Amino acid sequence: MIVQQALNALQLGSIYALIALGYSMVYGVLRLINFAHGDIFMIGSYAALFLAVYLNMPIALILPLAFCAVGLLGVTIERLAYRPLRTAPRASAVITALGVGLFLETITLAVVGPEPKKFPALIDLNIITIGAFTATNIQIIIIAVSIALMTALDRLIAKTKTGMAMRALSWDKTYAPLFGINVDKIISFTFAIGAGLAAVAGIFVGLAYPIIDPYMGIIVGWKAFVSAVIGGIGNVKGAVVGGFLLGAVEILSAAFLPSTYKDMIVFGLLLIILLFRPSGLFGVPVQKKV
Amino acid sequence: MGLLLVAGFAAAFVCDTFNLADQYLAQIIMYIGINVILTVSLNLVNGYMGEFSVGHAAFMAVGAYAASFFSVSVFPQNPAFFPLSLFAGGICAAFLGFMIAVPAFRARDDYLAIITLALIMITKSVLENLPWFGGPQGYHGIQKYTNLSGVYLCTIASIMVIRNIVYSNFGRGIIAVRDDEVAANLVSVDTKQVKILAFVISSFFAGIAGGLFAHLIQFINPRTFSILKSTDILLMLYLGGSGTIIGSILGAAIWTVLIEALRFLGIWRFVFAPVALVMLMIYRPLGIMGGREWRLFIPKENDHGRKK
Repeated sequence: MIVQQALNALQLGSIYALIALGYSMVYGVLRLINFAHGDIFMIGSYAALFLAVYLNMPIALILPLAFCAVGLLGVTIERLAYRPLRTAPRASAVITALGVGLFLETITLAVVGPEPKKFPALIDLNIITIGAFTATNIQIIIIAVSIALMTALDRLIAKTKTGMAMRALSWDKTYAPLFGINVDKIISFTFAIGAGLAAVAGIFVGLAYPIIDPYMGIIVGWKAFVSAVIGGIGNVKGAVVGGFLLGAVEILSAAFLPSTYKDMIVFGLLLIILLFRPSGLFGVPVQKKV
Repeated sequence: MGLLLVAGFAAAFVCDTFNLADQYLAQIIMYIGINVILTVSLNLVNGYMGEFSVGHAAFMAVGAYAASFFSVSVFPQNPAFFPLSLFAGGICAAFLGFMIAVPAFRARDDYLAIITLALIMITKSVLENLPWFGGPQGYHGIQKYTNLSGVYLCTIASIMVIRNIVYSNFGRGIIAVRDDEVAANLVSVDTKQVKILAFVISSFFAGIAGGLFAHLIQFINPRTFSILKSTDILLMLYLGGSGTIIGSILGAAIWTVLIEALRFLGIWRFVFAPVALVMLMIYRPLGIMGGREWRLFIPKENDHGRKK
């Protein structure tokens, strides 16, 4: 029972963490809360549904294809909506992000309709039993692939030149270009990776909870955002820790309380953490200067 | 000007008493009024103070539920007590604003947005779980007390109060916080007090608007006051242009009318509206009014452009 709940928590946590990474990376390089990110995740789910139902693709093809397609969408959104606003007042950029999110939601609503759709079973469900310990193969795949992706991202940021450029950009926007960093390229790359990871999370949600609808991005997206904030927005490791923490809290509260209390507890936790650590668990406090 | 305002009230009052106005038209006008109250009050925090709060839907919800509770269960079922219920709703919303402002303003900029976001989610969740407000099914049995003259009075009052605050000494403190908080502190603006007070006033008016809204549509449920409601108010504010009173009024009026007029497009109007907003932000980031105020709202002694 405890192992089961722990697996459930890890599964939900990996999904939150994958989305939270996108929020955090974009905030790191652009200081923008990308409110459209939750809806990008929803688009990822629908893209996978489309590939699976109309093109009959297997999961091994859907994952990379959806990653690339939604990554491209992320880059396009940045190019068309956010790039012209880099020097604009911050409120304009945030409002634009809200507008883009609303646009993605309503266009999905208009094209596919409001009724929930059943996500196809891309993987045959197997229940693995070892002694008293049972798990589904879907759970194990979700957790394993998520952890693999997060490790890859961590290596990318820590070891490669692009990763170094990303870190430099989030460290200081003014001086980074002076060292030959192509700011536009790095920002596009960040959006591509963030959106791609959100698409993977979208597919995983489809596998784990196989009903999807155009509004799914709102609540899951906001919770992923909460994970990013709890971990310290702008901090990649924080986003992962925040995601798993939130997953655990949600599964735990669902085990003991009626499910309607879930949101109250998740957002209450956010308030409490911010009260004691305003910059999140791993965030660095920012000093204001005149 | 005073005469014009009285004439406006008289017209609204006559329309109410003799049922002159077309039902649909009256409804739209009342929506505009309520949206103007919401936008103008949000403007105080987001426009003049330069913070970014997304919590207006929560304050509206608390105002709506509290006012409904007072008018249904506390006071006798009589329109005469409606202003009292409204006021009570406003006070409850202001109290919630105070509770959230004290911790929220201890943290850095973006965190007000995050905390107010959490506030919306928590308020919705609490309302869904409270049995005596109908839970997720919503609050029934609210009388239709909101009428044209009531909305008119509240709208004019909120515009006047916000306008007078902005041009008072306290208002200069608010604007100083927007322009440079640290520097404002150095010239002896009590920034903490200014921020909390402005936030509380803003919440109060959101609560009043919520009360009016509840007694207009006579049925509220927690989903009415989701993040989408806040997004709507933010859109109206930035459409008209934040930091000016006339911008808020225009933004609220244009958005309300536009959404109504494009009803024939069905769901597609909500596809085009955000695109229009993004275009507006790119090509005119300061909104329709672009930061300029209507001269009528500027007190004579502040109006340096006026010819003597």
